Amino acid sequence: MTLTPLWEVFVRSRNGLAHKHVGSLHAADATLALAAARDLFTRRNEAMSVWVVPSNAITASDPDDAAMLFEPAESKIYRHPSFYEVPDDVGHM
Amino acid sequence: MATTSIAVVDDRLFAAVLARADDALILGHRLSEWCGHAPMLEEDLALANIALDLIGQARLLYEYAATIENAGHTEDDYAYRRDPHQFRNILLVEQPNGDFAHTIIRQYLYSAFAHAFWQAMTSSADAALAAIAAKSVPESAYHLRHAAEWTIRLGDGTEESHRRAQDALDALFPYTGEMFAIPETETDLIVGGILADPATIRPAWTASLDRILAEAGLAKPQSTWMQSGGRRGRHSEHLGHLLAEMQILPRSYPGAIW
Repeated sequence: MTLTPLWEVFVRSRNGLAHKHVGSLHAADATLALAAARDLFTRRNEAMSVWVVPSNAITASDPDDAAMLFEPAESKIYRHPSFYEVPDDVGHM
Repeated sequence: MATTSIAVVDDRLFAAVLARADDALILGHRLSEWCGHAPMLEEDLALANIALDLIGQARLLYEYAATIENAGHTEDDYAYRRDPHQFRNILLVEQPNGDFAHTIIRQYLYSAFAHAFWQAMTSSADAALAAIAAKSVPESAYHLRHAAEWTIRLGDGTEESHRRAQDALDALFPYTGEMFAIPETETDLIVGGILADPATIRPAWTASLDRILAEAGLAKPQSTWMQSGGRRGRHSEHLGHLLAEMQILPRSYPGAIW
């Protein structure tokens, strides 16, 4: 076990609606991780809110599964709203 | 051609503002010495951020001091063209960084005072000082939280971190008396509501120490003997070395820019 495990940092920008992943850092616990996140990632007035999440709490997809997971979606262009022609008299949707 | 030192006027408000500017500048410079040397990258940035906040506070105070003095001096003149005996910072802030525990304990002892001081100064009768205080409060609040959290973790961490934190506290505690001492020249400023009365700040400082040191498992030194002299320009040997490094470039190459 390391004394300073890895944390993932998410910042909600001033004009953004959602928290966005911005990087990672090392810290001994959640409080220090939040402080370090503030010091590392919000120095240029970027943030309204910051989250830190222990990196080991994240379950990630296996890169080897990429074909199985993501390729089937490639051929299904009808899932994009732009695939459909909207009749003129429908107006703005 | 080397620059000569400047002489400054003898004015009570000017001296009081200059003293607080010196506190912020010298502590800020000390913290900047960690840049590239901190135990971890995250703290390297944290200490540099705090250093920049403090130097920013010093600049505002020097700027105001220059207005009061009205002798054509600039913030740079005060920072770079005064000799050690002309600095009025408290001795605590010039103490060497030592190990990380020394730096954190020094920062905690100062921030617990500075935060309460700036909070009180937001209602100063002097509008310029009240404005500088209003800008400084959110900064000092973060400095205090940062140093307090680290104090707890060092004190309540490993056997070694506890020992180092306690050593630092024992070594630095005698330098805390100066924060609450009232130079004769400041009595009128306190009565006039321009400067915060240290007596009204002490309860907040003591309450913070009692809570944080208890949580950290650190023993508050019982000795009541206190160092003094900084506000009169009588400094420890450390200030001269600090200034030598801080001032050498502008003194050797006056007006140098990059």
